[in-house]
Amino acid sequence: MDILESLMLGFSVALTPFTLMLAIVGCFLGTIIGALPGLGPSNGVAILIPITFSMGLDATSALVLMTAVYYGAMYGGRISSILLNIPGDEPALMTTLDGYPMAKNGRAGDALVLSGVASFVGAFLATVGLIFLAPMLARVAYQFGPAEYFALYLLAFCTLGGMSSNNQAKSALAACIGLGIAMVGVDNSSGMPRFTGGSLHLMDGIDFLVAIVGLFAIAEVFFFIESHGKASSIGVKIEKVMIPWKDIWHTKWTMLRCSLVGFIAGVLPGAGASLGSFLAYMSEKSIAGEEGKFGTGVPKGVAAPEAGNNAAAGGALVPMLTLGVPGSGTTAVLLALLMTLNITPGPTLFSERPEVVWGLIASLLIANVVLLLMNVPMVKIFVRILQVPPWVLLPGVTMISFVGIYSLSGSYFDLLLMIGFGVLGYVLRKLDIPTVPVILGILLGGHMEDALRRAMVIADGDFMYLFNSPISIGLWIAAVVGFIAPMFLRGVLKKPQRITD
Amino acid sequence: MISDRIFGLVVLMVSLAFIASATQIQTSFLSDPVGPKAFPMLVGGIAGLCGLVMMIRPDPDPQWAKGRTLIALFVAIAVLVAYAYALKPFGFIIPTAIAAAVLSYQISPRAGPAALAGIGLSVGLFVLFKYALDLGLVAFPKSWFG
Repeated sequence: MDILESLMLGFSVALTPFTLMLAIVGCFLGTIIGALPGLGPSNGVAILIPITFSMGLDATSALVLMTAVYYGAMYGGRISSILLNIPGDEPALMTTLDGYPMAKNGRAGDALVLSGVASFVGAFLATVGLIFLAPMLARVAYQFGPAEYFALYLLAFCTLGGMSSNNQAKSALAACIGLGIAMVGVDNSSGMPRFTGGSLHLMDGIDFLVAIVGLFAIAEVFFFIESHGKASSIGVKIEKVMIPWKDIWHTKWTMLRCSLVGFIAGVLPGAGASLGSFLAYMSEKSIAGEEGKFGTGVPKGVAAPEAGNNAAAGGALVPMLTLGVPGSGTTAVLLALLMTLNITPGPTLFSERPEVVWGLIASLLIANVVLLLMNVPMVKIFVRILQVPPWVLLPGVTMISFVGIYSLSGSYFDLLLMIGFGVLGYVLRKLDIPTVPVILGILLGGHMEDALRRAMVIADGDFMYLFNSPISIGLWIAAVVGFIAPMFLRGVLKKPQRITD
Repeated sequence: MISDRIFGLVVLMVSLAFIASATQIQTSFLSDPVGPKAFPMLVGGIAGLCGLVMMIRPDPDPQWAKGRTLIALFVAIAVLVAYAYALKPFGFIIPTAIAAAVLSYQISPRAGPAALAGIGLSVGLFVLFKYALDLGLVAFPKSWFG
């Protein structure tokens, strides 16, 4: 009953005309952002945060708008995966495996609608899961002290690093770069400046938005310059769009199974949507076996990763809202949004700001329905948007990033810093060093150090205090396993290569 | 191979410098058992270790940009830096048009469309930001009309 009441509260916030309008605008924008090759959910949301902030929306409205963009981008990502064989972000890679062959077989419209329905099922079930699981986890999270939080942050870095890179040293290094950047500025507890080099610009620390926009958006521009926009040739054309009822009915169990798999993968801190779509696709592939013909453009191969991917996106919100630990690159960006709006995620969020949490959850449900209604009949419009040439799109993205960061602080120094992060992001990605742990490090570095120091104050400097409770021991073990296990599982968990024509 | 070795060495140097500068952080009288130095030194230590591992067990080299592409990248960075400095003294429209046109040219080297893209983006974004989103942008510096 409790949950129903909270949901009613949520809908009363989300169903005001203004919020509803924001959700629809967000869904539309998000689908476009997701569909454009080279812009995925993370960099799309990243460049929009500073602008939303400058518009002066209140916390709930801003949150509704940005989560609608987030869900929309997850939907839109499938369009460029299926039609162009270009995944907008990493989780969408799995959709190209069967989606692009299906489109080449002349069933592009069917693939788009089917994947839209699969996205809806995945996201809807994950939101329902979020409604039940998040308040439970929030109650557990009340028992977390500083020692447990320290272990939890460590777990997030370890699992995120373990999954997102092929080289543990490189992902650990990425986390350290982020943590090191977070140390710049005035130290919270002693009030002393650290690593500022005497520069007044650095006294406040480095704004995480500057780092995120630089690492995600500006770095992307450099990649496009390197490839001269070649990667974005128009692939498959679609004829008329019909709803393939037979395929949808045929893949119902696949969608349900993959939603569950994706949701679980999303809830694990640090694992996120890539793992969700990967596990969903691989498990369906092994269930179907040889006769399943996965990889040749079968409907199940399209439905599986999309349901898994969107379910994971919903699941990733669970640790983000209850513990303040994001499960993926995009949820890291959403965490940045919350921090910009002065909302501290964690168990207290559910008791102190219920209107924010439940308004958010209600608007996720609304956004999901809006997206399904928008995506099936309007898919041709979104396909047309794919034809924006990169030589217009990428300069546009750059200018929007500049305006956003500039309107935050009005200082050229932040812009220079942003360019610096763009170059850093380019070099890191070239060297196969993941950039998401860098972002996570910048976002969580301060909290992680605080947790450690408060734990040591409580324990009077005794380091064994960090392993004092069953929860923290469990988290430490999970962190070590999460970091080491992928080294041995690499052979098993080998990522399928992108198909080439 | 060589890329990872060089980067690993750079990381090692930077993390040593980071640790060294962490030892210089002043502690105030309001101190806790850990203090402001320990965590940065820990982070620096782990980063240095990762740098060492990268040097000992490097991955295969990525394909780096060469020749014209490399020049295009440097031009893009230079334009962005210049744009960052120009935004305040010269207003929004003119620096944005130039920077967007140059970037567009670097992605697809055709002068006409690039110039059009620059002007179109500049004016279009200005209208969008100024009138639709109500951000405080200045089109041209005031002193030009004073």
